[in-house]
Amino acid sequence: MPKIVTDVGCPYCGASCDDLEILVSDDGKKILEVYNACAIGNEVFHHASSPDRLKRPRLRQPDGTYQEISYDEAVDYTAKVLLKAKKPLIYGFGSTNCEAMSAVGRVAEKSGAVLDNCASICHGPSFLAIFDNGYPSCTLGEVKNRADVVVFWGCNPMHAHPRHTSRYSIFPRGFFTEKGQRQRKMISIDPRETETAKLADIHLMVQQGHDYELFDAFRTVLRGHDIPDEVAGIRKEAILEAAGIMKNARFGMIFFGMGCTHTDGRNHNVDIAISLTRDLNTVAKYSIMAMRGHYNIAGPGQVWSWQFGFPYCIDLTKGTHAHMNPGETSSIDLAMRDEVDAFINIGTDAGAHFPIDAVKHLRKHPFITIDPNICMASEISDLHIPVAVVGVEEAGVVYRMDNVPIQFKKVVDPPEGVISDEQLFDRVYLRICELTETEPTWIPAKGHAKAPVTAGQ
Amino acid sequence: MAEILVKNGYVIDPAQKIDGDVADVAIRDDKIVESVSSGARVIDARGKVVMAGALDVHAHVAGPKVNVGRLFRPEDKLFKSPEAQPNYRVEMGFSVPSTFKTGYDYARMGYAFVMEAAMPPLHSPHVHEEIHDTPIIDQAALPVFANNWFVLEYLKKGEIENSAAYVAWLIRATKGYGIKLVNPGGTEAWGWGLNCLKLDDPVPFFDVTPAEIITGLMKTNEYLGLPHSIHIHQNSLGDPGNYTVTLDSLKLAKGMKAKNKFGRTQVMHSTHLQFHSYGGDSWANFESKAKDVMNYVNQQKNITIDLGCVTLDETTTMTADGPFEHHLNALNHLKWANTDVELETAAGVVPYIYDKDIKVCGIQWAIGLELGLFTKDCMRTFITTDHPNAGPFFRYPRVIKWLMSQKAREATLETFKHRDKVIDATEIHGIDRELTLYEIAQMTRAGPAKALGLAGMYGSLAPGMDANVAVFNLDYKKMPSNPEKIEQAFQRALWFIKSGEIVVKDGEITSHGNKRTLWVNAKVKENPQVVRDIHEKFIKDYTVNLDNYPVRDYLAPNPFVIDVDVEA
Amino acid sequence: MTEKIVLNMITQRSIEEGVAMEKGKTTPEYFEACSVVEMNPEDMKALGIWRNTNVRVTSEVGSVIVKAIEPTQYCPPGLAHIRQGVWANQVVPPRTQSTGVPQYSGFPVTIEPVPSEKRKGALELVQGAVGLWRGGK
Repeated sequence: MPKIVTDVGCPYCGASCDDLEILVSDDGKKILEVYNACAIGNEVFHHASSPDRLKRPRLRQPDGTYQEISYDEAVDYTAKVLLKAKKPLIYGFGSTNCEAMSAVGRVAEKSGAVLDNCASICHGPSFLAIFDNGYPSCTLGEVKNRADVVVFWGCNPMHAHPRHTSRYSIFPRGFFTEKGQRQRKMISIDPRETETAKLADIHLMVQQGHDYELFDAFRTVLRGHDIPDEVAGIRKEAILEAAGIMKNARFGMIFFGMGCTHTDGRNHNVDIAISLTRDLNTVAKYSIMAMRGHYNIAGPGQVWSWQFGFPYCIDLTKGTHAHMNPGETSSIDLAMRDEVDAFINIGTDAGAHFPIDAVKHLRKHPFITIDPNICMASEISDLHIPVAVVGVEEAGVVYRMDNVPIQFKKVVDPPEGVISDEQLFDRVYLRICELTETEPTWIPAKGHAKAPVTAGQ
Repeated sequence: MAEILVKNGYVIDPAQKIDGDVADVAIRDDKIVESVSSGARVIDARGKVVMAGALDVHAHVAGPKVNVGRLFRPEDKLFKSPEAQPNYRVEMGFSVPSTFKTGYDYARMGYAFVMEAAMPPLHSPHVHEEIHDTPIIDQAALPVFANNWFVLEYLKKGEIENSAAYVAWLIRATKGYGIKLVNPGGTEAWGWGLNCLKLDDPVPFFDVTPAEIITGLMKTNEYLGLPHSIHIHQNSLGDPGNYTVTLDSLKLAKGMKAKNKFGRTQVMHSTHLQFHSYGGDSWANFESKAKDVMNYVNQQKNITIDLGCVTLDETTTMTADGPFEHHLNALNHLKWANTDVELETAAGVVPYIYDKDIKVCGIQWAIGLELGLFTKDCMRTFITTDHPNAGPFFRYPRVIKWLMSQKAREATLETFKHRDKVIDATEIHGIDRELTLYEIAQMTRAGPAKALGLAGMYGSLAPGMDANVAVFNLDYKKMPSNPEKIEQAFQRALWFIKSGEIVVKDGEITSHGNKRTLWVNAKVKENPQVVRDIHEKFIKDYTVNLDNYPVRDYLAPNPFVIDVDVEA
Repeated sequence: MTEKIVLNMITQRSIEEGVAMEKGKTTPEYFEACSVVEMNPEDMKALGIWRNTNVRVTSEVGSVIVKAIEPTQYCPPGLAHIRQGVWANQVVPPRTQSTGVPQYSGFPVTIEPVPSEKRKGALELVQGAVGLWRGGK
């Protein structure tokens, strides 16, 4: 009899839904059906069950083809690449669990690497703004239970976070919001009329790249001053109308996305969004939230902050300190300056998502991809190490876009012999210790998976 | 079998009423024993002070708001982080240190146990993830309850039994230790941008008052017989004139009796009392009311307190008292982080500079120390800085110096720009009391161990106790005339043995030790209504499924579980 | 009718791209979802093309051939959108304004019709850029 696994977390977007139900075959090996997921989440689970999953690492040969090698050989190769490089970059982590992020911290410290995650090319500017201006925010349940005004600025959840509006922000009926959508005013600010904009009560089609001016106009009118007849392509009356709705909220919410961070202004757009939120808190209750892209891209920001004090762009090459300076220690800038001499791509696809010039620079040096699937990065790597799919074949803690930790389950076993990201990093760490003839140091609290059984005992 | 003999030190162990006797402390494996064999490793403590490992009853060291403090303050790392010890993890941060630095620095000061003072239940997996990345020290965490919708609804109707069943479930689910209250009712009001500043201010919609919440949770705690009492951060924190609210809430403990099998005698622990002992009605006439507050505490034996001493540092304030942080931000205009947590609580984080040249900061500094100097019972008065709110925890040795030396206090007072105004608004200048090592050991060892219901494990050097032994470079018979030497001695222990393992030698870390997570497993009779309520709220109001809410066992891999069986 | 048109380019997520990406970046679905540029019919008219005509998009760093389609989500005249992914990143300028984030949105591109040229596949583009492409066609 096939069985249903309930309360399953979805390893796709930052909404990190944990209410999926998965029908698993009798032998517990194959995923037959996925319930409650969006179209994308559905695909993640079905893809994991695909028969052409890789089961062993592949090493590129002199003739350019790939050949299977053992995990031991892959671990040895990775450890040696890390040790040989002066400034290796380990980048990615949008799609793995916190256990792996913790394990890689030890590897990066020991080998003197730069640690960076996908925020570096997504919400990195949001971090910069948060460093300067703070982050008045809340969990998504607060939006569900209290929010009566919801603003989506430069984000399109209907495409990027398909269940966001139904689970958290617009449609659900909550404790103080029994009427659901009818009780909420929705404002969309976007240069395109996206599906999200179509859903909104008000859509302000801001002139692309002029978000800062529009934020500034809102702050100006909310403080009782006049603005020009048109700002950032929006008529004054429309701004006044939207500002009036925002001001009259009991609990207002501003969600923002890549529309703010990927374009001119970057961190300054987010900075003024935070200032607007602070202003609004003098007249109503307001929160702001970054629409984080991946189901656990908030994770490295958390794990590395408690381990190193910084969420991203962490240069550990000094040995005695962690150093962060985005613009200097950020992956794209490091690549474009040709400053790194080895690259590990993990839980992301830099091959598809970095500007091609950055990829070309990184490919001059040893290039390793750790990913369950074939992706662009894996197809240009020297070494591709397949791993278990987190959330499908490996449990673990992930952080939702509101930094709420969700304990994801394992649904099926990984293909035979395939290990997890965490196990892989622990083995690389032990190999580095062997090669450097040093003692591994473990924090005893991680004893569950961490006993150094291969070394020392 | 590992044996250690700490030989010939001046032993200070208030739990056994030992004050400076020259004696040996014998350790076998992870326990203190009567004697050991001749093969034991000998540590020569001649001429040095020997104490049990210390306990911190209240510090914010793990969890979401602590991590917000780390994340949003890169400047807290810049030029403020020491170099890593070879073969140990990097140690980043000052007021909000990394988990590694937190574990190392506590160990260097001879601390064996630290209570994380406020765990938002929804974020409990995060708290435990950080705890398991914090080396050496044993830890526990207090989930927050005083703005939790279940609790507000039960207590509005006076349903203590239901409240107890829910509280027991939540403590189990979060692997928590006890009942924390932060700004009762006020933090829920903050969901609408409001607050409850007085004990009879009703919580919007829930229509229950802070006084009812405090009393109800006190009754719930004693109904369950938990090892610790309720642990309360009162309403109106940080406001001039708040001492009347403080006294009003302390009075709620009157007539209540502690009921438990752990040797705890208090029914209320009132935390970081410094922030709650303010007179005046504005920052202009702001003054100390430490004496009034301590007069009450001294006579009311079923209350314990901790100080929350201001250390005059640049630090990071963080509390589940969301409205307070918003208010503080309006005063200092620095960056402001806030996280409201669905159905449960909130948190705010704001950097803060306690500047010795600002009058109010000087008065706050004095108030914290006055509380410690006015106490008549050091077994009920504990040293904290409400880390990192009034100052970082690694300033405890400095606080101890100030408490032990009038000369040190006067020297600090002399550096204040508004020295005379501070003296006018406080009593610190006239106090000549200097606490003894015995009293310090009560305030950091025997006292907190008893208040936490842990006197059978920690805070003493009696045989059978956990082998947590610290040796400090102080000569009991010849205390240094320079108070700086006291601070230095407590900053870096000569030796610290934690759970029978030497983890510090000459102030440097030598091992990652044997860390444990303590949590309380309170078992009550199944309560169908509460079970139903929990299911319903998870279906209707939470955004996380019930099945994924309780902290999974592997996240606390070295648990020490305290079972509490509730007969009723 | 002109030979070329200059538009303001943004590259962002779409659900078609998300679904196809999870299916696999070497699938035909991913190719169809991402090797397209969405532009306003007015701009197509100005360029003198029908929808579904291949065009060359050139930015300050490079060029890529994609198919011009009518926007699935309304795009005002002057704005063009290539869904994030392999084709978009052939033209995204890597300049970061010292923030770490490339100029994924809001950069000028020149668009010209190339009806007789074929779009390249994802692998051909990425492997080709680093000298590993060995495929035919």
